[in-house]
Amino acid sequence: MKGLKIVVLAKQVPDTRNVGKDAMKADGTVNRAALPAIFNPEDLNALELALNIKDSNPGTTVTVLTMGPGRAAEILREAIYRGADNGVLLTDRAFAGADTLATSYALSRAIAKMDKVDLIIAGRQAIDGDTAQVGPQVAEKLNIPQITYAEEVISIKKEKLTVKRRIEGGIEIVEGKMPCVITVNNSAPDCRPRNVRRLMKYKHATTVSERQETDDDYIGMQNGREYLDIPEWTVNNIEADIIQLGLSGSPTKVKQIESVVFAAKESKKLTDSDKDIDWLMKELISNHTLG
Amino acid sequence: MNNVCVYCELDEGKIADVSLELMTKGRTLANELGVQLEALVIGSNLKNIEKQLLPYGADKIFIADDKRLDPYVTQPHTTITVNVFEKEKPQIALMGATIIGRDLGPRVSSALKSGLTADCTSLEIGPHEDKKQGKTYENLLYQIRPAFGGNIVATIINPDCRPQMATVREGVMKKEIFNENHKGEIINIDVDKILTDTDFLVKVIERHVEKSKINIKNSPIIVAGGYGVGSKENFQLLHNFADLIGGDVGASRAAVDAGYAEHERQIGQTGVTVRPKLYIACGISGQVQHTAGMEESSMIIAINNDPEAPINKIADYVITGNVEDVIPKMMKQYKANTK
Repeated sequence: MKGLKIVVLAKQVPDTRNVGKDAMKADGTVNRAALPAIFNPEDLNALELALNIKDSNPGTTVTVLTMGPGRAAEILREAIYRGADNGVLLTDRAFAGADTLATSYALSRAIAKMDKVDLIIAGRQAIDGDTAQVGPQVAEKLNIPQITYAEEVISIKKEKLTVKRRIEGGIEIVEGKMPCVITVNNSAPDCRPRNVRRLMKYKHATTVSERQETDDDYIGMQNGREYLDIPEWTVNNIEADIIQLGLSGSPTKVKQIESVVFAAKESKKLTDSDKDIDWLMKELISNHTLG
Repeated sequence: MNNVCVYCELDEGKIADVSLELMTKGRTLANELGVQLEALVIGSNLKNIEKQLLPYGADKIFIADDKRLDPYVTQPHTTITVNVFEKEKPQIALMGATIIGRDLGPRVSSALKSGLTADCTSLEIGPHEDKKQGKTYENLLYQIRPAFGGNIVATIINPDCRPQMATVREGVMKKEIFNENHKGEIINIDVDKILTDTDFLVKVIERHVEKSKINIKNSPIIVAGGYGVGSKENFQLLHNFADLIGGDVGASRAAVDAGYAEHERQIGQTGVTVRPKLYIACGISGQVQHTAGMEESSMIIAINNDPEAPINKIADYVITGNVEDVIPKMMKQYKANTK
């Protein structure tokens, strides 16, 4: 079988799992600068699934597509170190303020711009929003089937593929027709680590904006090494209806954001002494909470 | 037109609890807006299914009954839902934040170019003023959810697109019979007129589903552990304690992500919502994402070595100390006092 063309959708996210005390500013907004930016965890599961397909289907190419600020090129390099063939950074002010619908519209237009794509693989959801919406919405925009909550691609024969999904209380095996979108759960295998040889080769892979901000030497290094170029696409590289992008393409608006303040209860403070705990257990038993 | 519609999910031939909970919420919202409550059921062998929905206050029930519609697959359910929404133009559409709802919801919202908010913890009706555009809106759906790892609570609105769509997890809303004798209209959908072959590109070929043995939703006592418990071995201590006092073990998302506990034990916005009579939070800091799923517990005991942990603010009793010291003492004293 000839190789497949796979696009992996990935997102650079603030690491909301390790939020420190300085994560919130005094005015109640999120201090993004205080949060480390990471490769969205389930997008790494998605990358592994793609690389796994590539391993068993010679000639397959894996391109990682991300939308975000210039800094998001970091995760494209990371993906390349781990085995992706290349990345595309979709970045433009026109995309700013996008909700999931406007994001999936932009991504779907970028995918439409690529040569015939067989499979689009994404993480089930990103940890900064947990919505799980972009994968299915990209599928709808491209008018192709979706297989969500995937754990494993069991087989690929011609344009048919068999996928194991993790569903409530068990698993489901489905057969689908390519092209299609697959979203991957964290129950799927972890992503392989960086490959040292690839790390050496692609260490200086950069986007044009990154090169413009850096020393001339790097620009020299790029000459004759096209593989070190990470393509950067703006709104001009995709054929998109500008109204459907960014803030204007987002039906959902944030009306209000509150930082979380608990109304303090009258709580009884205890120490871990035998006396305090003996008192508490007696209290719970006598008021029939326990017993 | 302009009604509130609930996509009703099926669980072994019965309307799923999460959908009945949304019917109850939907009824409240519809009453507040002065509109009707609609239910949409898509599946197979649905004879008499309306009997399960009418007591929850359904005014109109749309039924798509066809053997190709069970088990659930994305596209035929999407096509039918989009078709009904385009004709009926509901102002609000609600779905369970389940594997099915989270697969179907985004696809439907994309097809209708409308907004969808996932995993809401509260739904309210209210006005909105857009100062920039000089527009005011009445009766919008406030879709309220924790965001950003639970550090903030966001109110999301869809001012201009309809339906305003939201998903809600099971257990977040309460189900309540509206009226045993409620009457409503039944509309049978002619599936063959809507579906085409391209809706069936994905087929389910095998399915192994077991009701999970772990079900903490209705447990009267929950001993929950967070990342602060430190290890899977320390979690065993919580199991021992829970067994002793007749409870079940729950966990925060951080503890589940760290592999200390099974996914089914996760409590909070992205897990289950519980309302036990006693909740013992061990090594849980208390991000809103977690507290959203347990704050209605009748009594809360927090055990934490951080005296400033946010969970302490909602706790009735705060024990400052290490979980691995405090739990054995509690077990010992419990045994001593219940002999």
